[in-house]
Amino acid sequence: MKENKFSFLKKKENVTYAIVIAVWIIMEILLKAGVVSSHLSGLLVPMCYYAIVAVGLNLCVGILGELSLGHAGFMCIGAFFSAAFSQIFKDSLPGGLRFFLALVIGIAFSALFGFLIGIPVLRLNGDYLAIVTLAFGEIIKNILNSLYLGLDSKGFHFSLTSMLELGMEPDGKTLINGAMGVTGTPRDANFTIAIFLLIVSLIVVQNLINSRDGRAIMSIRDNRIAAESIGINVTKYKMLAFTMSAAIAGMAGVLFSHNISTLQATGQYFGYNVSIMILVYVVLGGIGSIRGSVVAAAVLYLLPELLRGLNKYRMLIYSIVLIVVMIINWAPAVLDKRQELMMKFRKGNRKNGTA
Amino acid sequence: MKKFRKAASVVLAALMTASMVAGCGSSASQGSGSGETAGSAASEAAGASGDAAFKIGVIGPLTGGAAAYGTCVANSAQLAVDEINAAGGVNGYRLELKSEDDELDAQKSVNAYNTLKDWGMQMLLGSVTSACSLAVSEETKADNMFQLTPSGSAKECVQYDNVFRVCFSDPAQGTASAEYIGQHKLASKVGIIYDSSDVYSSGIATNFVAEAANQGFEVVSQEAFTADNNTDFSVQLQKAKDGGAELVFLPIYYKEASLILQQADKMGYKPTFFGCDGLDGILGVENFDASLAEGTMLLTPFAADATDDLTVNFVTKYKELYGETPNQFGADAYDGVYAIKAAIEKGAITPEAGVSGICESLKKTMTEISVDGLTSEGMTWDATGEPNKSPKAVVIKDGAYVSAE
Amino acid sequence: MLSFLTSLVNGLSLGSIYAIIALGYTMVYGIAKMLNFAHGDFIMVGSYVIFIFVSNLGLSPVLAIPVAVVLCLILGVTTERVAYRPLRNAASPLAVLITAIGVSYLLENVALLIFGADTKSFTSVIPWSGITLAGGEIRIQGVTIVTIITSIVILLALQFFVHKTREGQAMLAVAQDRSAATLMGIDVNKTISLTFAIGSALAAIAGAFLCSAYPSLTPYTGAMPGIKAFVAAVLGGIGSIPGAMLGGLVLGVIEILARTYISTQLSDAIVFGILVIVLLVKPTGILGKITQEKV
Repeated sequence: MKENKFSFLKKKENVTYAIVIAVWIIMEILLKAGVVSSHLSGLLVPMCYYAIVAVGLNLCVGILGELSLGHAGFMCIGAFFSAAFSQIFKDSLPGGLRFFLALVIGIAFSALFGFLIGIPVLRLNGDYLAIVTLAFGEIIKNILNSLYLGLDSKGFHFSLTSMLELGMEPDGKTLINGAMGVTGTPRDANFTIAIFLLIVSLIVVQNLINSRDGRAIMSIRDNRIAAESIGINVTKYKMLAFTMSAAIAGMAGVLFSHNISTLQATGQYFGYNVSIMILVYVVLGGIGSIRGSVVAAAVLYLLPELLRGLNKYRMLIYSIVLIVVMIINWAPAVLDKRQELMMKFRKGNRKNGTA
Repeated sequence: MKKFRKAASVVLAALMTASMVAGCGSSASQGSGSGETAGSAASEAAGASGDAAFKIGVIGPLTGGAAAYGTCVANSAQLAVDEINAAGGVNGYRLELKSEDDELDAQKSVNAYNTLKDWGMQMLLGSVTSACSLAVSEETKADNMFQLTPSGSAKECVQYDNVFRVCFSDPAQGTASAEYIGQHKLASKVGIIYDSSDVYSSGIATNFVAEAANQGFEVVSQEAFTADNNTDFSVQLQKAKDGGAELVFLPIYYKEASLILQQADKMGYKPTFFGCDGLDGILGVENFDASLAEGTMLLTPFAADATDDLTVNFVTKYKELYGETPNQFGADAYDGVYAIKAAIEKGAITPEAGVSGICESLKKTMTEISVDGLTSEGMTWDATGEPNKSPKAVVIKDGAYVSAE
Repeated sequence: MLSFLTSLVNGLSLGSIYAIIALGYTMVYGIAKMLNFAHGDFIMVGSYVIFIFVSNLGLSPVLAIPVAVVLCLILGVTTERVAYRPLRNAASPLAVLITAIGVSYLLENVALLIFGADTKSFTSVIPWSGITLAGGEIRIQGVTIVTIITSIVILLALQFFVHKTREGQAMLAVAQDRSAATLMGIDVNKTISLTFAIGSALAAIAGAFLCSAYPSLTPYTGAMPGIKAFVAAVLGGIGSIPGAMLGGLVLGVIEILARTYISTQLSDAIVFGILVIVLLVKPTGILGKITQEKV
């Protein structure tokens, strides 16, 4: 049993865990020491949930190979169902247990919706599939935005038009109030929980990739017809990956709703713009690279925040950075140049070493 | 290809580390935050004394679809602060102002709040919109930071005792509008067009409908639009027309209202349009044909072309500095700064009292002051955080606002 | 019946706007095979240019529109050269999509800095108020009629150009198989530049009509129409020019009918729901060709 001390890090996946845990430890120490600005400490949980949803979307885009523009919708479902649950048991359950159950409910519902939406969606291909996921994301947002849900002694009431139509008993409790959404969700999420959930999502996705199922999924991505011909159940594996991807997005949604006291189903939180923003994280981090998604989500969420000092120029700078980074990281011509430089650099090093 | 990805992720990781350090760095400068003088804060102010200053933070959407409201709030608050500083400050101290963007996103609003806290903010004027204001109020409650929202109108915005507001609440506006229409017998059949994806708009619409039953007029159509679908109103107008509505109630913002007026005109439908404070600004839309708004009524506390000295002074200065006509959001913010000033003077508060100390004193003195502002004369507040002011009904005549009384 | 006809007319007037935007969108989308998320923002840029020339400088729209067309054309070709071309052969087609999103943010924020966030009311470039039918009960707006005629003209011109000219044939070849086109001696770079030139020029024209029909102009005016044009192009069938026009008209009519007869509050959900159903029944859009995947 003579193993190198760092053999743990030899496996690619473990490096990701190590990075996440290292960030957690460093941040916790800095937080305890009180040297972290309140601005940065407030960014930690959002950073984690966007990283989680990016991991989930990468499973769909990178591993399954299907472009989804509706993941914000699954986040929305996780957020709303868990927040409504937490509203009901706000005073009757202890925080930890309540959050755990809310998490289970949020994930279960987003997985369910992922499954149901997956049935029609996965019959399509390419851009048609992308537009239908976009459509479903917008449908979810629109319906939740006009949903009124209340609970009284007679059970649940819901309406799609107005609060008055619920016909609630006076003791009733409003859970979802139309455009106002859910207000007063207990703030059960914190940085440690968020990191823990990020690691859970990483374990789930990375283990899936390295499993028999994962290889089946990737074979469908690379060549569907060949995969089918060797007896892989294409529909089953597509559904599996899509549902899991939706469930992970739902998990991020639970964190979202339990990190802030208000929740509305509007475009700036759950619209197609947000789905696209998450796609930016995935592509910039490297399609199919789970670690890349985590790092890109964290950096790109932080970037506009750290540019706050530039006031009205910050979104402008952000957009320029986005274009430039894309070209540097993806343009074949630039990549060739980079490789050339690398080679020269290496050669130079070797010469120095032997001299 | 793998190598490049690796290289890419290394670059990104380096960026992240750098950003972490930058984040920590900003915390280190927390104490000396006063070095970053905000905007054009009049440092040459005559009587205002040296270093110590009250630091007021502003949060609102400065970019994105709602930027028109946020920028107006930030500019107007800056205007008020500059005026106050030029006149000698408050209790001999200067006011400092810093605005942060929230992009209409509640989470970003909290981020903006935290940034301002790092800057050393002692009082918050914000957030501009209801949901953001509500999210931030959780934070101000926890920090015991005084918060005055210029235009967060949802009922829940002022649920905590440290939060006050300048504008009317949504329920109050909805009810007041219905009462006004009922009492003045403006119409017996009323149509409503509202934004169902917006808290402000749907809040007013709900309360308006509830009150309509008591006021003896009938709501014949209640049709919505959403933020994603806010250009074509032919169906909503057609339904109001088919229902025989003589008055169409528009609890929405002027951007959509300007389209509704134009489309109604093209349809040949000419009811009375009746709006709330969100409609103010419609005459300021660049290049808008004001004749379309002829006869439109507004229940608003502020009208940009009112002729009283305060409004004239404010609007002239604003136009000079920013080249646009300010809207009621700006007026609320301007009044908000003066309310803070009055409350500080009343309690003889000094910046040394600290965030919590200032908040405790302001909570008390806010209920004792009376402010003559742009949005009302003799504004007072009670402990619930609601202002006591009466909405003015104005009607647009010959391209100008005229009191409807 | 009358109310149905009114709705239909309203639907066509909304649909005609979608159609004219989708025609420009589908050029780039169908031939360069790229989702140009910034297309809506080209529309916005075109509209601002026209706004400045007509409302601020008092120029006639007849002069302002060509100026906007030229400026948008230059902007489109430059954007393609600087931001899109380097990524054309990237390992994933998503790379250029993300850059397009970056360009979209860039244009919106530059417009925000230059013009400010406040709404501007656009002067219609079509002063004609339209015609009334059925004793004044049904009104067809002038802008609707002109938009539909213009889109038909554009449609025919594009069809002629694509099918009857050398450059158009080159576009089709590039759309079908880029490397084969190169082997046939087609200059792919030049062809795609030309595609962007046409697409961006059409964006400026679409901007003129969009803002004439719905005269409120902000830096974000183009974002939603851009997405709607994408939906229309997919609904009509990717790569089909008549499909884009038809998709736009169908989308507009569905939207208005859903609002009239079902719900105004849930109209977004209903419209997208119908889109989903159409695509499930006909997975390549209304006029899309079914291409059999080969092993």
